[in-house]
Amino acid sequence: MRLLRFLGLLPLFALLGGCDYVILNPSGDVALQERNLILASTGLMLLIILPVIAATALFAWRYRASNTKAAYAPDWNHSTQLEVLIWTAPLLIIIALGALTWISTHTLDPFRPVGRIDAKRAVPTGTKPLVIDAVSLDWKWLFIYPEQGIATVNAVAAPVDQPIEFHITSGTVMNTLFIPALAGQIYAMAGMETKLAAVMNKEGTFDGFSGMYSGAGFSDMKFKFESLQPEAFAAWVENAKHADMKLDAAKYEELSKPSEKVRPQFYATVQPDLFNKILNMCVDANKMCEDQMMAIDATGGVAGEKGAENREKLIYDGAKLSEGNEAPGATFPASGRAPNTLKTAPQGIEPSGMATQSNEGGVQKDDVQGRGKPHMDGMPMDDGKANPAPAQINPH
Amino acid sequence: MTRSPEALADDGVLKFYVAGDDGHGHAEGGTMIGFWIYLMSDCLIFASLFACYAVYGHAYAAGPSPADLFELPTVALNTALLLFSSITYGFAMLAMEKNNRAVTIFWMLVTAAFGMGFVYLELNEFAHLIHEGAGPQRSAFLSSFFTLVGTHGLHVSVGILWMFVLMIQVAWKGLGPENKRRLMCLSMFWHFLDVVWIGVFSFVYLVSVLP
Amino acid sequence: MFSNINLQQLIFGRLTLEAIPYHEPILILTFLGVAVGGAALLGALTYYKWWGYLWNEWFTSIDHKKIGIMYCVLALVMLVRGFSDALLMRSQQALAFNGSEGYLPPHHYDQVFTAHGVIMIFFMAMPFVTGLMNFVVPLQIGARDVAFPFLNNFSFWMTVAGAMTVMLSLFVGEFARTGWTNFAPLSESSYSPGVGVDYYIWSLQIAGIGTLLSGVNLIATIVKMRAPGMSFMKMPIFTWTALCTNVLIVAAFPILTAVLALLSLDRYLGFNFFTNDLGGNPMMYVNLLWIWGHPEVYILILPLFGVFSEVTSTFCGKRLFGYASMIYATVVITILAYLVWLHHFFTMGNGASVNSFFGITTMIISIPTGAKIFNWLFTMYKGRIRFELPMMWTVAFMITFVIGGMTGVLLAVPPADFQLHNSLFLVAHFHNVIIGGTFFGIMAGVAYWWPKAFGFKLDVYWGKWSFWLWVSGFYFAFMPLYVLGLMGVTRRLNHFDDPSLRIWFVIAAFGALLVAGGIGTFFYQIYVSIRERDVLADVTGDPWDGRTLEWSTSSPPPSYNFAFTPMVHDLDAWTDMKKRGYVRPLNGYQPIHMPKSTPAGIILSGLSLAFGFAMIWYIWWLAALSFVAIVVYTIAHTFNYNRDFYISAEEVTRTEEQRSRMLGLTKV
Repeated sequence: MRLLRFLGLLPLFALLGGCDYVILNPSGDVALQERNLILASTGLMLLIILPVIAATALFAWRYRASNTKAAYAPDWNHSTQLEVLIWTAPLLIIIALGALTWISTHTLDPFRPVGRIDAKRAVPTGTKPLVIDAVSLDWKWLFIYPEQGIATVNAVAAPVDQPIEFHITSGTVMNTLFIPALAGQIYAMAGMETKLAAVMNKEGTFDGFSGMYSGAGFSDMKFKFESLQPEAFAAWVENAKHADMKLDAAKYEELSKPSEKVRPQFYATVQPDLFNKILNMCVDANKMCEDQMMAIDATGGVAGEKGAENREKLIYDGAKLSEGNEAPGATFPASGRAPNTLKTAPQGIEPSGMATQSNEGGVQKDDVQGRGKPHMDGMPMDDGKANPAPAQINPH
Repeated sequence: MTRSPEALADDGVLKFYVAGDDGHGHAEGGTMIGFWIYLMSDCLIFASLFACYAVYGHAYAAGPSPADLFELPTVALNTALLLFSSITYGFAMLAMEKNNRAVTIFWMLVTAAFGMGFVYLELNEFAHLIHEGAGPQRSAFLSSFFTLVGTHGLHVSVGILWMFVLMIQVAWKGLGPENKRRLMCLSMFWHFLDVVWIGVFSFVYLVSVLP
Repeated sequence: MFSNINLQQLIFGRLTLEAIPYHEPILILTFLGVAVGGAALLGALTYYKWWGYLWNEWFTSIDHKKIGIMYCVLALVMLVRGFSDALLMRSQQALAFNGSEGYLPPHHYDQVFTAHGVIMIFFMAMPFVTGLMNFVVPLQIGARDVAFPFLNNFSFWMTVAGAMTVMLSLFVGEFARTGWTNFAPLSESSYSPGVGVDYYIWSLQIAGIGTLLSGVNLIATIVKMRAPGMSFMKMPIFTWTALCTNVLIVAAFPILTAVLALLSLDRYLGFNFFTNDLGGNPMMYVNLLWIWGHPEVYILILPLFGVFSEVTSTFCGKRLFGYASMIYATVVITILAYLVWLHHFFTMGNGASVNSFFGITTMIISIPTGAKIFNWLFTMYKGRIRFELPMMWTVAFMITFVIGGMTGVLLAVPPADFQLHNSLFLVAHFHNVIIGGTFFGIMAGVAYWWPKAFGFKLDVYWGKWSFWLWVSGFYFAFMPLYVLGLMGVTRRLNHFDDPSLRIWFVIAAFGALLVAGGIGTFFYQIYVSIRERDVLADVTGDPWDGRTLEWSTSSPPPSYNFAFTPMVHDLDAWTDMKKRGYVRPLNGYQPIHMPKSTPAGIILSGLSLAFGFAMIWYIWWLAALSFVAIVVYTIAHTFNYNRDFYISAEEVTRTEEQRSRMLGLTKV
């Protein structure tokens, strides 16, 4: 039955073939199942939508006032049979769709490891998924490969047909990790870990980005997902291991400052517990980790002066405030920028610094006025001359 | 407003209009129902704050917890003050029914006094907490605590202000229908705050302090 | 020097001259346009000595009909503003390809899409809907006014104050750069310092008071003031939907008030509700916002379902098919509206069972909605459909809305939503239902009740132009967005890399231009209609052969609506009266008790605007002063016991005799 409907839809999709309809033509099994679900649901609903549209057009034409030949029943306003029909027809469709939803939501739960590699192959027993820790920052993605001991910025790769498990968090505001060809998106949130299980079935390079608006540099928060043969992936890892840079707490603090259009970067080694520290918002050694805090809270908190002292150790958002970089959503006067200026880069963001070929984390200007303070006279205005726009246009 | 079916037919002939101005243009009891609906919406604000407290109630951020902070005797006294104020407001309403202006005002004064005692104790508690470093900025738990209890306290303060305004108006205009309507509204408001406080007392103080 | 700064800060808070974007050509031109237009308007008002008239007859009026019309005027003004934002976005996205960053840098563009959402929802759709309900409901239930006429005036002016707060952000400082949902933690002071989010908060808080009170008002009106004989099951369907809508307003807006108040506490006093740190939780903001936000969707669509029902029944010359099931459907939607909020964030890491539960409840809403569509369909069946403008909008709605409904149910399937969330597919979906449902409904309602409000019909020729431009513009503007969504393009992007996408954005921009034409021709239609008002005049008070009580009185109705309170025997009360040979009474008029006009609403609104502005810019003395002024003025207002008057029987007689003469003109 469902197959029949699919056949009916086929010519429609052939028409759409010209463009890259990545949602309708994905390369990973999870995304493919999500695609099938989209098509099946649409098909189910068209069963009722198409007749309604046709009937609307038909009735509108047939019972137009000028057509005096059509029947006219001004007091006809009830029919039990019709009432039963108009409530049960949608009900039946929703029951079918609801069942489909219940099953698919559970099988495609992003927290649940993938059960199959594709429609024909189950995951061989004993296969361990490739774990990739993903951290959204202003405005780039940091990926940490805990097993391989490497890290990358705005670049991610995985072997083809290998189950992957993303562990996702954010070092800043909310984002979503979205690689449409691989699987649907899931939120990245500070202090919280979400997971995304997926598998890629085709070799190639696919787009990945943040689907959730997160401030000025959001539009360029993109990366490429490379699906490689196992040998090529091993070479990719090996290549990363020969990179100049090592990712430790200090480097991370530098990296986490706002920057735009960041080029792919590789780190040969990663401080082992770094992702855990990021997740618990305690990369800064002076801070208390969230898990520690929750353990204390579970035993009833800390009273008195000791408890009061802990406050400083738990300030995370506020600590970013004093760093001097422009906040992702800052507006006048805190942005230190005249309102609604065209063609100027926000202060505190030096895209060119980040994107240099030297493969080194950019150094941000630190001499920007503190945020939250009113704009004082004597402060130079960004009028497009002081800070030329081309700095922002940075061809990859 | 008449809605009985007899009124529809007059000597067997259907009537299509009501002759004369039967006051239909104005909702009778409309103020009461309107104020009631407003209170329900206010109730939802409190519901949101209670929900926040339910979520954040244990987020001490490695800081003080209810067991460290709350002093039940003070809170019990506070509760008593507010409950008594509801009773005294009830007396004011009884006096209003008897059209006794002076007694009405007297009981309103007593109610307001109880209310002010309540607000004073609450502000005292807040000052004490802030002084101890357990201000609303300390943790999400304290943020939600201060907001929930503070919002209630703000309502009580508004109620007291309203009560004084009404006392002046009753003294000035007597117990006419307008003032009676206003007294009824304040009555609903005041009892509503009592009910909310019972929720606050149970869910915030008792539950978090008792083992 | 320091003392200098302190003094300046003391007086102006964080407001400085630089807050005014005098260096920005677009804004300067806009400002000049507004200023010149405004000056011309003010000049004309002064020249023609209309100030007194406007002040006495409109601004201070507590007549629900005038307040309803003023709501619609506000909505139209804000429609122009919100649509300008839409044009900016469409052109930016059509231009920003191949390395070009377009002409709007992110920090400007981000404000544009935030403002567009906020304005269209809170200051275009909401005032329109409230305006229609305000105007129509008392007339439909045979009442002389709403339950609390002064409150009604106050509600309107608070909405205006909120709208003015948003407009101020255009010329003084900046608006939020967070998206219209203003998600924490991005909206927290650590990530969005500056005035933008504060503009957002205060404009919505001020307008929210107005919305909530008007909800209370209309519920009390409908429950308490129906004409004798009008039981709940004889109540016109639009009144029913208005009742459900206002229940939703009263039950949803307090939550928005609460969540924005909590965000303000975070921002102003350093509380930790929605912060990442110190135990705060941004997900709580998202939940609370959508607990308000989803019912809001139904607040925006239910009253228009009522409009479509009235229009379909009137122009098909038939009783509404399945009146009772229509009401059950409305009530079911009202209740279910509170059980689906989580579908706005399936991707936030909820468990599969939670996601499926909310997905399925969402789908269940489509059953009563589907039933409604069928009811309209079967009302058309065996009808005599007159394709006047309101009916055209209705048919366009039925076809457009089912498409939007279908994509909506699709988005309710959680795994499908993982792929479509935050995408342009989603953007296309909600524009499909809000334009195809709410806006088409507003247009149908405006065309339908215009003659009742002003005594002449709208010009059909230009109305058809507007209709076809709007409908085709909608399809051109949003079908490409569905396509782009299926290509994995997400929303709120400032510029693009892939040149193959561009053509779709260009088509969408073309659609936006068509819509611009639709708006332009709509205004021209109003102009032509006013010019030709004698030709288009409606002297009967019943130009469409209407079915409900509002058509039984004159167009425009007298200030007291009905000289005699009508008595209702059947669902379509006016049709029933016409059928049974109702004769309009010509004598026996009595004085009518009415409330007096008052300037209190406009004064309180002005004070609230000052308070909001002061809070946004940290001008503490002004905030304190205006707050005290609000309290004192409110109290003083309660000392005024002299609030009503009688329209004398002679005056009623005069008015009604004038109507008799008008009706005499139409006698054959």
